[in-house]
Amino acid sequence: MTDLKLELKEKIIEQLNLEDVSVDDIGDSDPLFGEGLGLDSIDALELIVMLDKDYGIKLADPKEGRQIFESVETMATYITQQKGA
Amino acid sequence: MNKVYLSYNNIVSGYGFDTAAAVEGIKKEDACLRQIHDKHLLPNHYCASKVASETLEEAYAQLRPKEAHTHLEKMLLVSLEKTIRASQLELTDRVGLIISTTKGNIDVLEPENPFPKSRAYLGQLGEKIRHFFGFQNEALVLSNACVSGVLAIAIAKRFILQGTYDEVFVVGGDLVTKFILSGFNAFQALSDEPCRPYDKNRSGINIGEVGTSVLVTKKTTHLAEESVVLLGEASCNDANHISGPSRTGEGLYRSIVAALAQSELNAGNIDCISAHGTATLFNDEMEAIAFNRSGLQNTPMNSLKGYFGHTLGASGLLETIIGMHSLHQNTLFASKGFQELGVSEPLNIIKKTTPKPIETFLKTASGFGGCNTAAIFKKVAEK
Amino acid sequence: MMEKYHIESYCRIKDQRISLNGATVFESAETNFLPFIKEAYKTLDTQYPKFFKMDALSKLALIASDLLLKNMTEKNIALVLSNRAASLDTDRRHQQSIEEADHYYPSPAVFVYTLPNICLGEISIKHRLFSENGFFVFEQFRADPLVDYADGLLKMQRAEKVLCGWMDLDNEKYDAFLYVVAKNGIFTHSKKKINQLYQTS
Repeated sequence: MTDLKLELKEKIIEQLNLEDVSVDDIGDSDPLFGEGLGLDSIDALELIVMLDKDYGIKLADPKEGRQIFESVETMATYITQQKGA
Repeated sequence: MNKVYLSYNNIVSGYGFDTAAAVEGIKKEDACLRQIHDKHLLPNHYCASKVASETLEEAYAQLRPKEAHTHLEKMLLVSLEKTIRASQLELTDRVGLIISTTKGNIDVLEPENPFPKSRAYLGQLGEKIRHFFGFQNEALVLSNACVSGVLAIAIAKRFILQGTYDEVFVVGGDLVTKFILSGFNAFQALSDEPCRPYDKNRSGINIGEVGTSVLVTKKTTHLAEESVVLLGEASCNDANHISGPSRTGEGLYRSIVAALAQSELNAGNIDCISAHGTATLFNDEMEAIAFNRSGLQNTPMNSLKGYFGHTLGASGLLETIIGMHSLHQNTLFASKGFQELGVSEPLNIIKKTTPKPIETFLKTASGFGGCNTAAIFKKVAEK
Repeated sequence: MMEKYHIESYCRIKDQRISLNGATVFESAETNFLPFIKEAYKTLDTQYPKFFKMDALSKLALIASDLLLKNMTEKNIALVLSNRAASLDTDRRHQQSIEEADHYYPSPAVFVYTLPNICLGEISIKHRLFSENGFFVFEQFRADPLVDYADGLLKMQRAEKVLCGWMDLDNEKYDAFLYVVAKNGIFTHSKKKINQLYQTS
């Protein structure tokens, strides 16, 4: 789980082109959208692609994304659940 | 007076190869959208309107072309030839050519496409069209997302008022391609059913393809009977987000206000609205807010996307031409796919095609990059 | 009487060099576009984190327009850009992502930039401009339509100023030539002068 969270942080920084942000700047439960990292609607769509491409998980309903992408913590929990299922 | 008119016009669409065929289809409330399952174009089902290659080929062959043209070029050539012929205009150095497209011949980037990849340069597309008819002026290609079609008409007017041209042929077109479908699908915006603008149960957009053209002129002699005068037009950016529509409808609202002021009209003088209505949640909601801010919530309004789908760079031009015919036939066309209002503010969506004396209409469009355009047209008084 | 408009300021980004009103403001040994424009962003102190999310054409347009708009208070500025390649540089990236069936991952963040006018949106957002936008595509730089169109916008009072020019980026080849047309300025706004500045700046 800890490895997965670190991996997610690295991927988020790289794929969403977050310049001058390091993995240490992102807390496990920090909100990714709004106040936190300030991601926007295109980033949310990009995270859906990332789930598919890197973890083989297709979101049936994109609206689910809102809860899943709340933080690195919620993303890691979701991926672990899906993988285990 | 510095008046500019929209006159002869043509629509090459899934309905047929002239404007009358499209207008007839709309009057019957018949959509030309079809559900398609073609794994080559998109892994999942989708719904689109297309111009059939076989029939287009026949119409194109009649033009006796001396070189090969792409599917898009064929649509544009067939459409523009009919408009030029109807206008009986000689293509002198006072006649301009504006081409409205978002992606042009983007399908030539596909590995199996027989045309050279250089054909994807929009300037080449412009040159192919110019050369075919022998326009003396170079083509101006406008690529301004989904407002291109209506902005191209506005730009034609401005060049005429500036004295650059006396007449301008505006031609617009875009294709249903793997490129476009994959992109809108990645945006989670595509519907696999016929789209339902402003409806509570809408599920996203459909893509459509048309080739369409119109003559914009300052001359009042030999106008088409459905001609309209372009009273006012304006284009404003949201300055908010490159893909998300503004939550306050800022750019669209400002465009409408400026177009009204230029037309010396107020909201009460607008008889009907041909809106953008893509059937995505965020677009429809943004428009509802902008129309309410403009005091247009009670004006009869439609989106024509339920007939043709979203025809991208051609849509504003296509929908303006349908609007001209709506005025000429004194008929409000139903907003196909609409049953129950699904936006947070009131709108008067036309549910059923109905006869009504109408003189003016407002055309609006909005697109990626935060762009918005509004244009107001009035029927030319009967002589 | 015809009012004469003027060129208030102009800038150029080409061949590893950025100039403003003819004077070099940044030069680099970097031959690749992305590291070059990033270095320019840092050196010119642009301070706009969204820059890093943009495609190459928008990065070029943002840096060029910032030079001219940075200290401008007038907000009623129309944007009229033109180029040869439209958004083809990014179009090719999107095309690549959909070419192979077993590696089909179209990216929304790439697709959104497959329209040339997105860079006008980026400029409008950064400088809070709710104004008129237009993006033309030509086979090569053409001063004539730009000059006629900008004069028309000013004469019809569609804007107080027009940010106009050429913004081309295609397979590592970049060329930005931007200028502001206004009532007052350093040169008379004419086709001849625009052509001359494009050839020599």
